[in-house]
Amino acid sequence: MVANVKDKAVIVGVGNTRFSKESGVSELNLAVQAVKAACDDAGLHPSAIDGFATFTMDANDEIEVARTLGVGDITFWGRSHYGGGAATGSLHQAVMAVATGMAECVAVFRALNGRSGHRFSAGVSEGVMTADIIHWGWYMPYGLLTPASWVAMFTQRWMELTSVTKDAFFEVAHATREYAVNNPNAFFYQRPFDRAEYDAARMICDPLQLFDCCQESDGASCVIVTTPERARDLKQPGVSVRGVAQAAAADQEQMTSFYREEFAAIPEMEIAARNCYEMADLTPDDIDAAVIYDAFSPIVLWQLEAWNFCGFGESGDFVLDGALRPDGRLPTNTHGGQLSEAYIHGVNGIVEATRLVRGSSLNQPAKDVNHALVTSGVGIPTGGALLGKLD
Amino acid sequence: MNEAEQQAFEQEIYAFVGEVVYPVTPAPDDVNESMIRHWCEVLGETNPAYLDQDWAADSARGHIIAPPAMMYVWGQEGFQVTTGRAANAQSNLVETFNRHGFTGVLGTNVKQEYFREVGVGDNIAVQMVIDNISERKMTSRGPGYFFETLATFTNRDGETVGTQRFKVLKFIPQEQPAAAASDDGKLETPTRIASVRGHDNGWWWDAVDAGKVLIQRCTSCQTLRHPPRPMCHECQSMEWDSIESTLDGEVLSFTCVRHPQVPGYPKDPICAVIRLAEGTNLVSNVVGCEFEDMAIGMKVKGVVEQVDEKTALPQFYPA
Repeated sequence: MVANVKDKAVIVGVGNTRFSKESGVSELNLAVQAVKAACDDAGLHPSAIDGFATFTMDANDEIEVARTLGVGDITFWGRSHYGGGAATGSLHQAVMAVATGMAECVAVFRALNGRSGHRFSAGVSEGVMTADIIHWGWYMPYGLLTPASWVAMFTQRWMELTSVTKDAFFEVAHATREYAVNNPNAFFYQRPFDRAEYDAARMICDPLQLFDCCQESDGASCVIVTTPERARDLKQPGVSVRGVAQAAAADQEQMTSFYREEFAAIPEMEIAARNCYEMADLTPDDIDAAVIYDAFSPIVLWQLEAWNFCGFGESGDFVLDGALRPDGRLPTNTHGGQLSEAYIHGVNGIVEATRLVRGSSLNQPAKDVNHALVTSGVGIPTGGALLGKLD
Repeated sequence: MNEAEQQAFEQEIYAFVGEVVYPVTPAPDDVNESMIRHWCEVLGETNPAYLDQDWAADSARGHIIAPPAMMYVWGQEGFQVTTGRAANAQSNLVETFNRHGFTGVLGTNVKQEYFREVGVGDNIAVQMVIDNISERKMTSRGPGYFFETLATFTNRDGETVGTQRFKVLKFIPQEQPAAAASDDGKLETPTRIASVRGHDNGWWWDAVDAGKVLIQRCTSCQTLRHPPRPMCHECQSMEWDSIESTLDGEVLSFTCVRHPQVPGYPKDPICAVIRLAEGTNLVSNVVGCEFEDMAIGMKVKGVVEQVDEKTALPQFYPA
């Protein structure tokens, strides 16, 4: 039984800061810029906000964001854990708050100086002292310290099981790069690349090379979620949350679920997909475009399988048929993704998925986008959301 | 340096790419046994193929050869390097960097490739060019550029014996944080990052320190589990003991962690998920083989080793 919040919450505003390698400002500064931009987009004053949802990894206290922005009383705040697994997790929190009336207008945000501040590629070696430090202790002494190293371990085995080759990884990276070339806020704006450059790039952790890995970025993104009634009075066409789900599957670790009987798999994303489709009463055939979390190129392939756009091991052929391209079956990561736009922990993906449904992506597909999928990171407890036009 | 200045500067340095540092220059001395012996003595090299005439006479080659790594030695300049020498493309490039504040210098790596053996009596000529200069990089030493020279070594017949790439970072020096020092003032060698030891895992690491890899076992239903946890996931019993693993295993997956390099770790460590014969999985290193020889399904055998001053770890070898 899936709790149904279908169409009970609507995204009405989106905002990004400038994305860069050195913002030169605090993460609080980035957060309030993004929230303000999303308010402006919605035609709302920040004082309309009465709730916040973000990541446990975010360094900004909700009350600091609120008083800095001039938000008044807040009646809801909720955080999602597990790094990029919190992207649609934060949206999930906001939708539940709005659907239950705990808050009327929730700002979902994520702000980070991910390049000039703490870098993800620095791994877990830099004084990360958290409750799960013992968990990382099973990997750190051996040198398995970074997200790339953990994902590489899954990738190597998945390639062996499926015979999918790096041709498919390149297609994922190349498709998103071609989109980024048209996006002035993307790191790779006007910087196309080819297979030779991809192949020549340095090896990070076999088989992942440099361009299989996402950016490290400074920036923030925000979406505003409110009730359908209120959404109809606002500036932008509302984008309704048809379905949203979170899941952690049995025997899950953060990024290192190496103890499952078959670990080259993401069962948690399959659960989230099943619940989202059921809640939204939609099937994969109804989904016209997607923003699929792309911290690394191969994880896009696994998610295409988890969301049933193709069967296990078929994602390589699926993308090589041009599915991710503007005129393909499922135009994907049309902002350039985190591989080529910026790594804002997937919340820039919610911004782009909203734009796809509004019809305002910089790379808007020619076909009508009635429904778009957006997902969170993989390897961790994760989730996704299905967005559609507000009736 | 503003954007226009940087552009002008980069135009100036990139013009050096392809410039010849030394034209083909024969070594002043032919390859000879005395020099080989001196070099081996300093390096602690004892290979009889370089040193022992009788041994070499009986070997497949029938004569002494020079250590391949010596190829750069034969053309080395002598005492004149301390008293000044003629300018060349490399010194001009370095001077250009210095003039613009990139006064720091760090040799970052040398890569030699060997194509042909060299025997006594041959003569090695060297030619060197400036092969490439990187884009501007922000390094931990400060902003700078990497330039790489390519030296090509040829024998008397003009055949290529080997090549050497030498990469240098020229940078604007930044203030460095003081090196970590122990109480007695001696510099500490970095070691691997240790696992924090708590209630649920400390006993496991203590056993590794004693040379054993243990697997937690539920004393109620006998189910093995790893990593250790306080309750059995099958029967919820909190009673447990452990068995010692034989460290016979099979590789389920693997990767080579090439970037970034972390102080205290070997370069390019191979990490693997290993299914132990007892049935639980363990993440560890595979050593004693090249990455190219790794395969899913390969059999491995582990042993607890002292990998640095402070760290004991199970390490696996091809079985």
